[in-house]
Amino acid sequence: MFASILVNGLVNSVILILTALGFSLTFGLSRVANFAVGGLYLFAGFAAWIFLRILGLPYAVAILLAIILTGILGAIIYQVLLVRVRGIELSEVIATFAVGVAILETFRWAGFVTYEFNLPSFFKGRLEILGTVIDYQRLIVIGVGLFLAVALWWFTHHTKIGLGLRGIAQDEHTALTLGIESDWAAMLSVAIGSALTAVAAVVILPLGIISINVGYEVLLLAIAVSVLGGLESTVGLVIAGLILGYAQVLTANFLGPQWMLVVYLAAIVTVLAVRPSGLLGRFKEIEERV
Amino acid sequence: MTITFRKERLDRGIKARSADIYALASWRELAYLLAPRMLLIGGVLAFPLLRGLVDAYWLRVMLMACTIALLALSWDLMASVGLVSLGQAMFFGIGGYITGYLSSTLKWPPFITIPIATVAGALLCATLLYPVLRLRGIYFALITLSLPQLFERIIEATKILGGTDGMSGLTPLPDITISLYVIIAVLFATFFGFRRLIDSDYGLVFKGIRDNDRSVIAAGINIYWYKAQAVFIAGLPATFAGAFMTHYNQFVGMSSFAADYSVLPLTSTVVGGIGVFAGALLGAFLLVPISEVLRAYGTLRVVIYCIALVVFVVGRPEGIFRYAQRKYHQFERPVAVEE
Repeated sequence: MFASILVNGLVNSVILILTALGFSLTFGLSRVANFAVGGLYLFAGFAAWIFLRILGLPYAVAILLAIILTGILGAIIYQVLLVRVRGIELSEVIATFAVGVAILETFRWAGFVTYEFNLPSFFKGRLEILGTVIDYQRLIVIGVGLFLAVALWWFTHHTKIGLGLRGIAQDEHTALTLGIESDWAAMLSVAIGSALTAVAAVVILPLGIISINVGYEVLLLAIAVSVLGGLESTVGLVIAGLILGYAQVLTANFLGPQWMLVVYLAAIVTVLAVRPSGLLGRFKEIEERV
Repeated sequence: MTITFRKERLDRGIKARSADIYALASWRELAYLLAPRMLLIGGVLAFPLLRGLVDAYWLRVMLMACTIALLALSWDLMASVGLVSLGQAMFFGIGGYITGYLSSTLKWPPFITIPIATVAGALLCATLLYPVLRLRGIYFALITLSLPQLFERIIEATKILGGTDGMSGLTPLPDITISLYVIIAVLFATFFGFRRLIDSDYGLVFKGIRDNDRSVIAAGINIYWYKAQAVFIAGLPATFAGAFMTHYNQFVGMSSFAADYSVLPLTSTVVGGIGVFAGALLGAFLLVPISEVLRAYGTLRVVIYCIALVVFVVGRPEGIFRYAQRKYHQFERPVAVEE
């Protein structure tokens, strides 16, 4: 029982962290709240499915193409729509939310709703850890999640591009005077965020089927984790993912699965009400939120 | 040398004279000002009389349009204090559940339950939102996005208030014509009331909070108390809509918290024009019938909706109402431009 909670909680936590990574990164780097993550997530899933099943490409190529394509889609969304309403938060939120819902409902309308839409696991097989059976796909999820979290922390703290992007987020005007082009940086951050969402999609979706409602859930989960962790802190994101992931498994075990979403939503509301900057979010708290 | 033309726009004389005070010189000018207003108001008032001529289905669409218009007005008032809501469904659902509970357990008639649900619901919403009124911008939007879903899940998980089945068999409202006139009366009362409110000194504080909350604090005004009052006032029409539709459908369930009741008012206001209550009204009366016509296309209509939302937010953020108003008040003529 204890071991199963430990292992499943970890898997759930990493799934949450992966899901939220794209949203959190984009917001942290350019303050664009990309509410289209749900749509992009499923776009990546269905793109991989089409490349794999209809065009018959090798799995690895299909996945790579799907990730690149989603990144490009993110860049297009920025260049066509967001650049015109940059800085007007409400418009950004409404525009990206509408784009996300439009993508999801287009897929629903086109008939992408049956059980045949699933992605195969990368490797078949399973492993036993501490008496709990865990399949390779879940191990891959954990590996990819941890790798990306570390890689992103390194990217945003120790590379020129990453530091430049964070500069834009902290003070756009000062960053401009230092020669960082704000629009280009923001486009890049939306594209990277979208690509990360795509990575999460192709890694996590093989665990189940690709269903439209997953897209709506992804947005909610991404927001919950990012808000809890503080919208610009990678470490906070990981901690929040762990808290929510274990909370999810504990509620499912002790209260029943129908309480799982209540825990998430209550977490968002409580954290925003009590500590609006999140667990580890720090900067611009006074000005932006309260 | 080529001669190109550009459009020159000039305000009509009557506009200049009547922008603030109505100094009218003729019946023609009176008609100029009243015609568009009366066309809309008269159109709405006359619609229920068409009962024999149009399908009863369209009367229900009208009822729906009024509901969405009430929610849109509520959204717009909250937006005028700077509170951007992505979850008007919360007000709708709370109003619906209070009236549903009063009606199914205490068996009170609708003309008692609806007013109680309206006031108590708005009070409850204002109390619930009070702790998060400190938040601004997208953080408040995030909270409101999750609250209706939270209520939905809590009701599902705890099985209180009918759980997933909801409460059915509530007292029906009288005849649809009477129902329509009741909701139209409330709609107009809300519309004119809100317009008057926002133009008063009290409303000026609201707009001040939206534009620069810090300077309002510096003026010695407790902005959170004002925001709470704004949420209560804005909540009234929304909870009324919820209570009214609950009795009309004789049913209240988790569907009262559905995203439709958040997205439709938002779209209506954005398409019609944010900040002018007439825009919210116009948007609702345009979008709801269009959405009914598109019902045959299934979920594609949601896509069309979203595209409309994006186009208006990005391309014409002033909204239809302001655009139409400008066109109505201006001459346009081509003027030669020398290069």
